[in-house]
Amino acid sequence: MQISKILGAGFVAGAMVFAAGAATAQDYPSKPITMIVPWGAGGGTDATARIIATLLEGELGVPVPVENRTGGSGVVGHSAIANAAPDGYTIGIATLEIGGMHYQGLTELDYTAFTPIGLYNSDPAAIFVRSDSAYEDVNALIEAVEASADREFKASGSAQGGVNHLAVAGMLNALEIPVQRVAWVPSEGAAPGLQDLAAGGVDFVAASLPEARALMDAGRIKPLAIFATERADAAPDLVTFEEATGVAFALGSWRGIAAPAGLDPEIARTLADAIGKVVEDPEYTQFMEASGYAMQWTPNEEFEQFMADSDAQMGTTLRAVGLAR
Amino acid sequence: METLIAAAQLVLEPYTLMVILACALFGLFIGAVPGLSATMATAMLVPITFYMDPVPAVGAIVTMSAMAIFASDIPAALVRIPGTAASAAYVDDLHQLTLKGKPGIALGLCVVTSAIGGVFGTAVLMIAAPQLAEVSLNFTSFEYFWLALLGLSAAVMLGSGTLVKSVMALCLGLLVASVGLDTSSGYPRFTYGQQDFLSGVPFIPALIGFFAVPEVIRAIVHRDNTVSARSISKVSELFEGMGKILWKFRFNVARGSVVGTLVGILPGAGSDIASWISYAISKRFSKHPERYGKGYEEGLVDSGAANNSALSGAYVPAMVFGIPGDSITAIVIGVLYVKGLNPGPMVFINNAVEVNAIFLVFMLANLLMVPLGILAILMAAPVLRVSKTALAPLILCFAIVGSFSIELSTTAITVMMVVGVFAYLMEENGIPVAPAVLGLVMGTLVERNLITSLIKADNNPLAFFERPIAGGLGVVTLALWFTPLLVALYRRYRRPRVAA
Repeated sequence: MQISKILGAGFVAGAMVFAAGAATAQDYPSKPITMIVPWGAGGGTDATARIIATLLEGELGVPVPVENRTGGSGVVGHSAIANAAPDGYTIGIATLEIGGMHYQGLTELDYTAFTPIGLYNSDPAAIFVRSDSAYEDVNALIEAVEASADREFKASGSAQGGVNHLAVAGMLNALEIPVQRVAWVPSEGAAPGLQDLAAGGVDFVAASLPEARALMDAGRIKPLAIFATERADAAPDLVTFEEATGVAFALGSWRGIAAPAGLDPEIARTLADAIGKVVEDPEYTQFMEASGYAMQWTPNEEFEQFMADSDAQMGTTLRAVGLAR
Repeated sequence: METLIAAAQLVLEPYTLMVILACALFGLFIGAVPGLSATMATAMLVPITFYMDPVPAVGAIVTMSAMAIFASDIPAALVRIPGTAASAAYVDDLHQLTLKGKPGIALGLCVVTSAIGGVFGTAVLMIAAPQLAEVSLNFTSFEYFWLALLGLSAAVMLGSGTLVKSVMALCLGLLVASVGLDTSSGYPRFTYGQQDFLSGVPFIPALIGFFAVPEVIRAIVHRDNTVSARSISKVSELFEGMGKILWKFRFNVARGSVVGTLVGILPGAGSDIASWISYAISKRFSKHPERYGKGYEEGLVDSGAANNSALSGAYVPAMVFGIPGDSITAIVIGVLYVKGLNPGPMVFINNAVEVNAIFLVFMLANLLMVPLGILAILMAAPVLRVSKTALAPLILCFAIVGSFSIELSTTAITVMMVVGVFAYLMEENGIPVAPAVLGLVMGTLVERNLITSLIKADNNPLAFFERPIAGGLGVVTLALWFTPLLVALYRRYRRPRVAA
C-alpha cells in the first residue's frame, strides 16, 4: 500500500517534470472523470454533487460518474480524493470537516493535500429555539445562559465536534462565556437534534436554515440569529449574530470541489471554468434554490484562502471545546 | 390531497411502474421456489435498488415481498412444501384440498385473501402511521430509548426458538452493532485500525450474509430432489364457488387481517408468526376445530389474510420510529437511511410525498397480486421443477457483487462471507438469526438514546421516568422483563403448599 503510493507519486511527479505536462493539459479531458463524495447517497452533499456532475458532463463532453466513499466521519472519502493521481480524472467534494478532523487526531490530512477548484456552497449555522420559547431574541437567550449554572442549558444539533456543535461552542467562546456552561447533547446530524428541540428535550439547537426549514414551516421552532457576516437570502428578516450582539462570529458548513494536490494548473483552470459555467446553469440554480442551499462560486486561490481561514477557525474552536488532540 | 397527487405522479412514472412489475414477477418466482425466503430476496434486491430513486427502490422491495408471501402458498398446495415460512401454518390444509381434487379453489382463496389482507394492512398503515408520527413528534430521547428497548424485548419474546437462544443471538447483534466510532464521543471501538470499520460493520453486506449465504450453504449441503407437480390450466378452476366460501368466512377474513396487522406492528414478529397466531385463533374459535389440517378452508382464510396484512403492518413502527416490525423491514430501514428518508416522525413532514408514494405502491402491489398471482398459479408446474442447487451459485454471485457494489471495498465481501457462515452455524444449532439482525439494526438506536438521555439528565436515572410517556413505556418494559420471573417465583412458593 505505502510502496505503491510512493511509486505512484514518483511516477506522476516524473511525468510532470518530463514533457507530459503540457500534452495532458491540452488533451484534457479525454476519459471519464470520477467525482468522489465523502458522504452518503441521498444526503445534501451527495445531491449537490450529483447535479454538478450531470451538468459538468455537458460542459466537458466526458462522463462524470459520482462515487460515494463514506465512513470515518468523512475521513475515508477525503483521503480517497487526496490519494488519487493528480491527473484531473479524479476530483471530489471537500467539506468543512476537512479543516477539523486533523485537529481531532482522526487523520493527518488537511486542506494542503488538495488542489482547490472552487467553493460552491456555504450554509451558515443559525440558532433555534422552540416557537413557544420565552426567548424573544438571541440577547435574551445569551443573558439566560450567562446567568445559568454549568450544564443547566442543553443544546444539540450535531455529533460531538460536528459543525453545529462548533457553532455553539464558537459562539460561547466569542462571548467569553466558558464553553462548558452549555451541555452538548450529541445527535446524529441536525434533524434528530431539531426534533428533540421541538419535543422539548433540549433548550436550543444550532443548524443551517435548509436543515431546519421543515420544522420552521410547521411552526414548531424559530430562528433567533444566523452566524454569518450578512443576512441570508432565504431569510432576510433574520438578524446576523453580529448585528444582534455586536460580537463578530460566523460559522457554517461549506462544500467545494477539490482535486488531489499537484494538479496541473491548466487542468485546474479548465475545471474551474467549466464548473463556473455549471453553477450559472438555470437547472442548477433552480435546484439549489428549491432545496434551500445558498449559492456562491469562489474559484481557485480564493478558495484556498477560504479553506486556510476555515482551518484556523476550526482549530481555535476545537481547542476551546477540548476536542483537539 | 396535493401530496397524494404528487405521490401518485411519482408512482405512475413509467420507470417506477416497470420496476414494480419486474419485482412482482421476481417475488412470485422467489415465493414459488421452496426454501428461498422473502427476506433473502429482499437482501439480494438492496444492491440493485442502490442507485434508484427512493420510491422505486422501496417500491421494489414492497412489491417483491408481498408477491413472495402469497406465492409461497403455491408449492404448499401443490407439493406440500411451503415456499416461505409464512405458509407453514396451513400447508396441510392446502395440500389436502389439492388431494381432494380442489387445488384450484385452494389457491384461488389464497390469492384473494392475500390481496384483501394486504389492502387492509396498507389502509391501517396509511391512516395509523401519520397519526402516530404526529404524536411521536413530541418524543425525546427518553421515549425513544424505552421504545427501542421495548421493541428488542418483544422481538426476543415473540421470535422462534427458545428464549435463551434468542437472547444470545440478540446480544451478538448488539455486540456487532457497537463496532465503529461511538456515537457520542467519536471514539473508535473494535476497529483494530481498520478504516473500513470506522462507521461500523457495513450493514447491507452483513444482512446479505445473514440471509442469503445460509440458504446457499443449505442448498448445497442438503441437496433436495426436484418434484413434479400437477398443473392448473383453467382460470375458472380458481374461482369455482369462491364467492360462497368467502361469504361464509367473511368474518374470518376480517379477523385474519386485523390479527395480522397487529402482529406485524409488533417489533420482530412478521408474516410467519402472524400466520401461526391467526391459524391458532381461528381453530380455537371454530365450530369445527377437528377439520383443521385436513383440507378445511376456514383456517386457510384466516392465515392467508394474516400473513399479507402483517407485511404492511410491519412498516408502521419502521417508518415512525425506525424500529423494524419484522426482518424485511429491518433491511428496509437500512435502505431508507441510504435514500435520505431517515425513518422517524420527521420523514412524514420532510418527505411526505415520497412516504405517500410508498403507501400507494403498497396498494398497487396488493391489487396487482390478483392478476399476476393467477398467472403464477398457471405457470407453477415448470417453476417448481427449478433446482435449488442450480440457483445456489447464482445467488452467491449476486451476494458477492451486491456487497462489493455498495461499499466499493473488498472488506464488504469478507464481512458478508464471515457473517454468512456464522449465520449458517447459528441456524444449524437452533439459534435464530432474526434477533441478531434486530440487535445490529437497533443497537445504535438504543445506545445513542441512552447516552443522549443520560447527558440531558446529568446521569440521573430517575429522569427516565419523569416524562409521562417515557415513564409509562419504562414501566411496561420492566414489567415485560420481570413478570415471567415473578410468576416463576410465585409458582415455586405455591408448590409446597399445594403438595402439602
